[in-house]
Amino acid sequence: MSENNYSIYICGVGGQGIIKTSTIIGEAVMNEGYNVVMSEIHGMSQRGGSVSTELKIGDFKSSILENHTADMILGFEPSEVIRGLHKANKDTYLVFNTTPIVPAQLASSKQSYPNVDFMINSLKQNFNNVHPVDGNAYAKEAGSMLSLNMALLGSAVAVKSFPISKDLIIEAMKNNLKEKFHKMNIKAFELGYNAVKQ
Amino acid sequence: MGYEQLVNGKKGDKLFLLGNEAAVRGAIEAGLSVAATYPGTPSSEIGNILSVIAKDAGIYFEFSTNEKVAMEVAATSAVSGLRSFTFMKHVGLNVAADSFVTTGYSGVKGGMVILVADDPSVFSSQNEQDTRNYARLANIPVLEPSNPQEVKDMMVYGFNLSEELEIPVIIRTTTRVSHMRGIVEFGDIQKQNGKESENHWNTGHFDKNPEAYVPVPANSAGMHERLVDKIDDFSKKSAKSEFNKIITTSENAKIGVIASSSAFNYVYDVVNEDNIEANFLKLGLSYPAPNDLILDFIKDLDQIFVVEEVDPIIERDVLLVIGLNGLSIPVHGKIDGTFPKIKEFNCDIVRKGLSKVLGYETEKRCFAKTEDLNKIIENLPGRAPTLCAGCSHRATYYAVKQALKEAKISQDDVIFASDIGCYTLGINAPYREADYLLSMGSSIGDGCGFSVSTDQMVMSFIGDSTFFHSGVAPLINGAHNKHKFIVTVLDNRITAMTGGQPNPGMPIDGMGDEAPEISIRELAKASKASFVRVVNPLNLKQTVDTYKKAFENDGVSVIIAKSPCTLIKGFHKKPPVHVNYDKCTNCDTCINELACPAISKINDKIVVNQSMCTGCSICMQICQYGGFEQAQE
Repeated sequence: MSENNYSIYICGVGGQGIIKTSTIIGEAVMNEGYNVVMSEIHGMSQRGGSVSTELKIGDFKSSILENHTADMILGFEPSEVIRGLHKANKDTYLVFNTTPIVPAQLASSKQSYPNVDFMINSLKQNFNNVHPVDGNAYAKEAGSMLSLNMALLGSAVAVKSFPISKDLIIEAMKNNLKEKFHKMNIKAFELGYNAVKQ
Repeated sequence: MGYEQLVNGKKGDKLFLLGNEAAVRGAIEAGLSVAATYPGTPSSEIGNILSVIAKDAGIYFEFSTNEKVAMEVAATSAVSGLRSFTFMKHVGLNVAADSFVTTGYSGVKGGMVILVADDPSVFSSQNEQDTRNYARLANIPVLEPSNPQEVKDMMVYGFNLSEELEIPVIIRTTTRVSHMRGIVEFGDIQKQNGKESENHWNTGHFDKNPEAYVPVPANSAGMHERLVDKIDDFSKKSAKSEFNKIITTSENAKIGVIASSSAFNYVYDVVNEDNIEANFLKLGLSYPAPNDLILDFIKDLDQIFVVEEVDPIIERDVLLVIGLNGLSIPVHGKIDGTFPKIKEFNCDIVRKGLSKVLGYETEKRCFAKTEDLNKIIENLPGRAPTLCAGCSHRATYYAVKQALKEAKISQDDVIFASDIGCYTLGINAPYREADYLLSMGSSIGDGCGFSVSTDQMVMSFIGDSTFFHSGVAPLINGAHNKHKFIVTVLDNRITAMTGGQPNPGMPIDGMGDEAPEISIRELAKASKASFVRVVNPLNLKQTVDTYKKAFENDGVSVIIAKSPCTLIKGFHKKPPVHVNYDKCTNCDTCINELACPAISKINDKIVVNQSMCTGCSICMQICQYGGFEQAQE
């Protein structure tokens, strides 16, 4: 992967604010002067189903990540990170929320939801940059679960490889979120940021 | 970004836009006056945005009853001199096709663009048909944008071209173009056609000319001839279109790649990354095919790759040019199996095809994982979409099962004809109330057929918006031809699956103004259904009893299960339900038979997710132990 390119795969469950988060990153990238393309899936894929977006920063035309080329996977839900691992290589930064959302169908099926600590440990054994984050706690502390996506965005921005400055991201956040919620969202963002910043 | 920027943005402004947002800006720049649609993924956001900004942009906008009506609203506006725009998902064009195919015959005066969003890989559709076939069927030019900037630019180009040729123009997107976000630079806004009127949009004028506009046999042969001549003539000029371009990366390249739409993006990235010495012909205006340009590009090549989604259409055009000119150059595409004929492409799929033909090794990127992780991946539970917590469709499906049980009718003996909407999710366990489906409105026509051809009981399920879209005509058919089946109209007071657009059953129109509310009950009565009832599906006993009565009815029964979608703006949530653990026996009936996403079992205890629960109380009504309780409002 070339020096100026950066690919992010963002995944989670419908309704978690994934598209908004991705748009904020994309807009910040544009304001920084880089090229950026992004892919999102709407429609039937929502209603509690898995949702993902893909962002490619740099000299790309296509907006879908090739397998095993993500520089970062930002997961809003731990099992969705597992589902997205076909996009990862050993050096991919895995930043993800540790609170599970158990699929509704699971209760009446024979499958079970994997143990979260076991998932985290397995990921750490296989990948070099694993950052589990208690995003729900930060969102709650900031004032509302609705700020979960901004807490996780903060964590993503804090990792070493992330190509865009914190200030530009916050500027794009303000441009995309209702003003009366700026304070709460920035608080969530900072909590998520500090949790990962070394 | 606020949508007002799409109206107020100035030339040179750069925004990070969705393909569908870029389409709206393109329409505004082109001086659009009238737009009509029926919502359908992946084109729906265009209508959602227009409904918000239409008045500020001087545009008349409506959510039409179906795509055919939308096509007719656009065609008549364009023939009256205004610029008009209709847009739909690919299967929407099937509905509109009867009028669409004749729009080339009668032509337009103002520019008319038909944006059709295909859905390769069927993310949210019933098939992956390729709209470009329709362009050939109807002799209508087709543009294929690859990214949001091209969507915007081709909208403007398409309107200008349509006005120049005096026929409509198709813009064919795919899910990955409509739902791609990219940087879009704005252009100038052109003046609208027509003259100012007392409305917020300009008015045009229809100049009568029955010979040109009424395709009775005496006229239509001549209309067809004029259209064919026009397209033949234009095919010589399409080579010069700014959207058909040769991209030369190496003067000596003997490999040529011809590609369009999102497929161009993938092959361009792979050729660059894998250092393949190849030049490109990017086709943005792919019908009529620019034969001269294709010949010019291919004549000195050793081999050609054609990369397109879904059908091998450009590929056949290329083979035609080869045949007509007596050339002998191998063409690698879908016909020789280099690339698949189904689903959307991506870089990995394109690389597989290229490397197989060119015989180069691809980088092995996958790596060995630990056994633990492989096990987690293998056993990972799926996460399919579900009906929302509190969704009244769930209550209806439950009530139907319950009524069948009480009437001692086995569910296996009932054919459930389903339709297109959120409620198609009734196919899933534990409901399993979807056995057959063809298209919008088909549940009622299918009910007619099954009731004639089998001795099984038939129940059709259709949403309110889908009923207005194409359910009324088959209902009339059912009553008139004395069929016997039960239609349930799942009236959740919105077009839900596509994101909550109004429909004729609501007292509001596409621009947010008051509008007459059309009664489904009165339509059913006027159609001579012999049993018509409106029920509140959140009242389980009433609903079950009504179905049991319908089972006794001889003829067409219509049950309108009326209860608003929980995603509607302003939906009134009731206090959430909680579990009384003194009464809950852990029988798991709620989980096994209701499968509400707000109810789960954690550490062997039934738990209700308090933020998800809407207080619909269906779980309270089904629990025979009184294990659920709800606070008073």
